[in-house]
Amino acid sequence: MEQFFLYSAVALTIIIAVPMYRVVKGPTIFDRMLATNAIATKTIVLICLIGFIFGRIDMFIDITLAYAILGFIGALIVAKYLSSEKAKLKREEVTHD
Amino acid sequence: MTELQIIFSVIFVLLGILFMLAGSIGMLRLPDFYSRTHAVSKSDTLGIIFVISGLVIYEGFTQSGLKLLLIVLFIALSNPIGTHALARAAIQKGVKPFFSEKSAEDNQ
Repeated sequence: MEQFFLYSAVALTIIIAVPMYRVVKGPTIFDRMLATNAIATKTIVLICLIGFIFGRIDMFIDITLAYAILGFIGALIVAKYLSSEKAKLKREEVTHD
Repeated sequence: MTELQIIFSVIFVLLGILFMLAGSIGMLRLPDFYSRTHAVSKSDTLGIIFVISGLVIYEGFTQSGLKLLLIVLFIALSNPIGTHALARAAIQKGVKPFFSEKSAEDNQ
């Protein structure tokens, strides 16, 4: 069963690497933020799988909880900042192509 | 650890990885920001719920299993909230949808 979790973790790593393209190339700044949010939420599952591979899920589950809360707070704060008046975005950062 | 537990755990993890793969392909292929939010908020949330539910079935009724259930609850609440906040910020800053009237005029 650890073998199966190992293979799923490898597949999940490849899936996590895909939105990096959107982080680098995304036309607006919101696309970049959305892609980093997607990477953060999938990393939660990856940490859980690593805990099962090592057989130490009782330790890794606490890391996962802290990581989930940190990622959620970070995404909310950045969204709040981007919608406020202080964020003066350039025109290329808002319009598409 | 019964056979049935292992079979259901494998099925749930594979289903979740399939949904997350769909979400990642949607991040690449969809045309504008508002349609990409669908790929992140819906299919990613469902995929994460499936994978962690499979891990809960494998773990059984222990303390770690209860914490994994808490993570499922937290993800189901927090991922759509974060995506919704980003989409609202984008609307307030004036990001145009792909099929808005102005972009339809541009395409003609």
